[in-house]
Amino acid sequence: MSERVYQLEVLRYHPETDSEPHFQRYSVSCEEEWVVLDALNRIKETIDPTLSYRWSCHMAVCGSCGMMINGEPMLACKSFLRDYQGVIRVEPLAHFPIERDLVTVIDDFMDKFKRVKPYLIPKHEKPVSEGEYLQSPAQLKKFKQYTMCINCMLCYAACPEYGLIPKFLGPAAISMAHRYNQDSRDGGRDERQEEIATTEGVWECSFVGACSEVCPEHVDPASALQQVKIKSTVDWYKEHLMPWVKK
Amino acid sequence: METIKTDVAIIGAGGAGLRAAIALAEADPKLSVALISKVYPMRSHTCAAEGGAAGVIKPDDSMDYHFNDTVGGGDWLSDQDAVEYFIQEAPKELTQLEHWGCPWSREANGSVAVRPFGGMKKQRTWFAADKSGFHILHTLFQTSLRFPSIQRFDEYYATDLIVDDGRCQGFTAIEMRSGQMKHFQAGAVIIAGGGAGRMFPFTTNGAVKTGDGMALAYRAGVPLKDMEFVQYHPTGLPNTGTLLTEACRGEGGILVNKNGRRFLQDYGMGPETPVGKPQLKTMELGPRDRVSQAFWQEQKKGNMVSTKWGDCMMLDLRHLGEKKIDERLPLVRDVSVSYLGVDPVTDPVPVRPVVHYMMGGIHTDIRAATPLPGLFAAGECACVSINGANRLGSNSLTELLVFGRRAGLSAAEYVRSGASAGNDAALAGKAAAAQARIRALFEKTGGRESLAGLRKEMMTTMEDNAGIYRTEGELLAACAKLADLRRRYADIELNDKTNVYNTDLLQALELGSMLDCAEAVTVSALERRESRGAHQRLDFVERDDKKFLRHSLAYYHPSGPPRIDYRDVVITKSQPGVRDYSGDHK
Repeated sequence: MSERVYQLEVLRYHPETDSEPHFQRYSVSCEEEWVVLDALNRIKETIDPTLSYRWSCHMAVCGSCGMMINGEPMLACKSFLRDYQGVIRVEPLAHFPIERDLVTVIDDFMDKFKRVKPYLIPKHEKPVSEGEYLQSPAQLKKFKQYTMCINCMLCYAACPEYGLIPKFLGPAAISMAHRYNQDSRDGGRDERQEEIATTEGVWECSFVGACSEVCPEHVDPASALQQVKIKSTVDWYKEHLMPWVKK
Repeated sequence: METIKTDVAIIGAGGAGLRAAIALAEADPKLSVALISKVYPMRSHTCAAEGGAAGVIKPDDSMDYHFNDTVGGGDWLSDQDAVEYFIQEAPKELTQLEHWGCPWSREANGSVAVRPFGGMKKQRTWFAADKSGFHILHTLFQTSLRFPSIQRFDEYYATDLIVDDGRCQGFTAIEMRSGQMKHFQAGAVIIAGGGAGRMFPFTTNGAVKTGDGMALAYRAGVPLKDMEFVQYHPTGLPNTGTLLTEACRGEGGILVNKNGRRFLQDYGMGPETPVGKPQLKTMELGPRDRVSQAFWQEQKKGNMVSTKWGDCMMLDLRHLGEKKIDERLPLVRDVSVSYLGVDPVTDPVPVRPVVHYMMGGIHTDIRAATPLPGLFAAGECACVSINGANRLGSNSLTELLVFGRRAGLSAAEYVRSGASAGNDAALAGKAAAAQARIRALFEKTGGRESLAGLRKEMMTTMEDNAGIYRTEGELLAACAKLADLRRRYADIELNDKTNVYNTDLLQALELGSMLDCAEAVTVSALERRESRGAHQRLDFVERDDKKFLRHSLAYYHPSGPPRIDYRDVVITKSQPGVRDYSGDHK
């Protein structure tokens, strides 16, 4: 194993003492196979215990350590030092208020996520004693990729629309609504549609596709949003041009 | 200090805490539930569980088989009444999750699919590819959003239980965002705070797993049970400790030494089975304790592959083929390629045993109740015990569902049984004392010890002296060292003396939890002079049912080692016998 010194430029902001954010440069010795999170941990342990950031699993599944690395939304635990040259700039996720240093305030996401009713609203209720709902592998495949969202919010940091129009529900929340809408066991689409087929919902998306590019789990939120748009359009035509057809 | 009054408060919002909250909300929507966690629920470590959750569902399986596998797997230290309850409830809980939308992998006919797992005689492990824990956690979290009676307090760190009038009536917690202390006054408290694997340096456990829930109960006088039993998972990536699920072997992966020999056949888990045709309960589908111990023995013989991260065995999945690996083990492939640069489709992956799970924890009964009235516990932080001396893979995800729900129901019953209202003044006084304790740590100056330094010493001590095989000499050294570290902990000075999201303070408190739990591990291990399950003594190599067919109970002492007591194992129908993993060859 070989170590070398890396330069990290980390955004610091402390609401009790700073009027505005500033950058702090750290030179830290790291192993070449490490990720940016390892470098931050080394800094915190050996150089600056006051540096604050979130992390836990170190395997890209808990979604805690989303941050901007050289301007790109990334998971720090899956950003390899070997992929960067020169100074590595680390900032909190874009489009969210900074709570402190690399820690952001995510209340907005948590509220929006809840608003889309991200839970199964059964088409046919049945008691547990009657066993599982049957679901073929093909039916599972229709929504499985949208279940992979780890709520890391990289897609919100990448989304230009969310940056401009904070009311936009955003990629992860709409994808999760779509996930349940596509589930063969679910009958809750109409309820969710009230939230997502509004101007603050899916119609704010201009299909830049940045959300899908940064998604570490290949959820492809952009495809979910496009499918929701198409289905919402069909709803609209049915309602306005063919009111006799039931949705 | 602000006081928040609630009927039931839950500490920890991982699988067990969320399941408890939902059970409470369903049992009685009028009960107010405060769900407190030091992280957002989605960040809890349940998300990292990969392989699946066990529950009897297929026609060739039976409750008796699951019972026998679990009790034998636990080397007869499990309480059999608890195991019976667990086995019966397991399929109901897994089906309930299905009804809540969990994307379980399916058979062609649409029924839920199951896979083989270590130590299990039949295929009974429900799975969602190799992200089963992740999907269970997110299904529970998302389902919890339906219930208005559940109020979440995300990123609150609980510091002290408040015990008055002989019962638990709440706790104090720091709101990370403001740094303010809050007093949660509750009719009942459920601890679902997870394990404590971070006391070891090489672990699959995320940063959050620091034993806080265990330490809360322990300091309040509730014993920690069977803490000497620490599970090493056989297959972790050698550099990061990242878990490669046991499902790798369930799907047919094999373990070989440097000579290419499937060495498990030399440690009571043979004879060899055909490659790619895994046979249940033998060879690579032996239990975790036996496989990790075989690694250690083989390493001593110099049969392991030397790598820059230490000695490794090789996990060979190549014969499964790319399609099956991508379908059944996509995360395994991803983390192997990303973190180690090895693609299991084309190359064997070097792996070594890694600290994974605490069988021990807060002493509870079959109702998830602790001996302290008003306090309940569930999940990895608790010890019912169904896992005994060695947990079988895929029993823990089911356990957090079964006993998470049970804890919720027991707390609801307790609250509705009408305990008298608390004495507000007395409770406020105790909350103020807890606040003073934190403030003293926060404000202390002139301290000579560093948080990172003590933490490192603790981890090294545990790895060197309390690993897969143990001796009296090493354990004595570990106990002395931990006693010393606990003393020195009082001399820590924080570098960060601000209020907002102070992770220096948080980590100092977490270290305090880990030191207390670590001492309970080593003292319990020292006193258990036998070898059973995951606790192996080189100086007492046999299982000793005459003296040690008993649970250890460690009682906290503020300035000295814990007092160790014992409690008989509950046996209903299975007398201690021989653990047989020879695939019926004997």
